[in-house]
Amino acid sequence: MLLIHCPYCDETLPEAEFAYAGEAHIIRPADPSTLTDEEWRDFLFIRSNARGPHYERWRHVHGCARFFNAVRDTVSDRFLLTYKAGEKRPDLASLGVAE
Amino acid sequence: MMTSQTHDFAADAGARVRVEALAPVARFSLRVRQQGRAALGRALGLDLPERVGEVARAGERAVLCLGPDEWLIHAPEAETDAIAAAGAEVYAEAPHALVELSDREVSFAITGPAAAELLSIGCPRDLGRLAPGRAVRTVFDSAQVVLWRDGAEAFRVDVWRSFAPHVGALLDAGRAEIAAGL
Ligand SMILES: [Zn+2]
Repeated sequence: MLLIHCPYCDETLPEAEFAYAGEAHIIRPADPSTLTDEEWRDFLFIRSNARGPHYERWRHVHGCARFFNAVRDTVSDRFLLTYKAGEKRPDLASLGVAE
Repeated sequence: MMTSQTHDFAADAGARVRVEALAPVARFSLRVRQQGRAALGRALGLDLPERVGEVARAGERAVLCLGPDEWLIHAPEAETDAIAAAGAEVYAEAPHALVELSDREVSFAITGPAAAELLSIGCPRDLGRLAPGRAVRTVFDSAQVVLWRDGAEAFRVDVWRSFAPHVGALLDAGRAEIAAGL
């Protein structure tokens, strides 16, 4: 089982308390009605599918219930960082990872 | 003489772990933003704890911080109306959600030297890091629970009523295995 650091509880806790919630930093279009079908499709369905460090949302659903963001390596499953929702996306260099 | 299959309650007194269903209490969920916290604390007669897992107590009232803007209140059943009224009184000044959940959940007490060992059959947390006096929302065999640590060898588990037969049966199976030395 993975151990995940919740930035709201400030504790490292078992994966069974958490739920994965998709890629992070996907910005909802301000005015959806002006989008083309292709742009709307991209917003809804097209994801980076990274091999390596991946920015993703998690929810501490059976704990503080908060959504937060994480950078997880999809190859090793190692969490490089977790941070509160709304905080700026950290660049990989600051995590000691080559971009 | 045939072996008796009757449950020996006297033997429970020396058991390594005991499981018991607790009497009903008043339970409330409180959600309130930062600006309203002081007013709600005054209304309830205590300071709302700010850190997830912390419990504030006043008399028989206990208020647990479940999340950054979420608290769980336990109190004697006789205080139910007083708590609802206290919230209503400060509502204009401090908008909040105070919802009674008394009938949603039931609680079990798990006590004895093997209490943490018994809980570890269903709870993935490192219980050694849950200090006495604190409480957390977590899972027990995939059912969401609130786990209170009242002492080194004393825990309470709040569980939604519909999951209680599952959690209770698993606790009892574990208790029997520990009693049998398995
Ligand atoms: Zn949390």
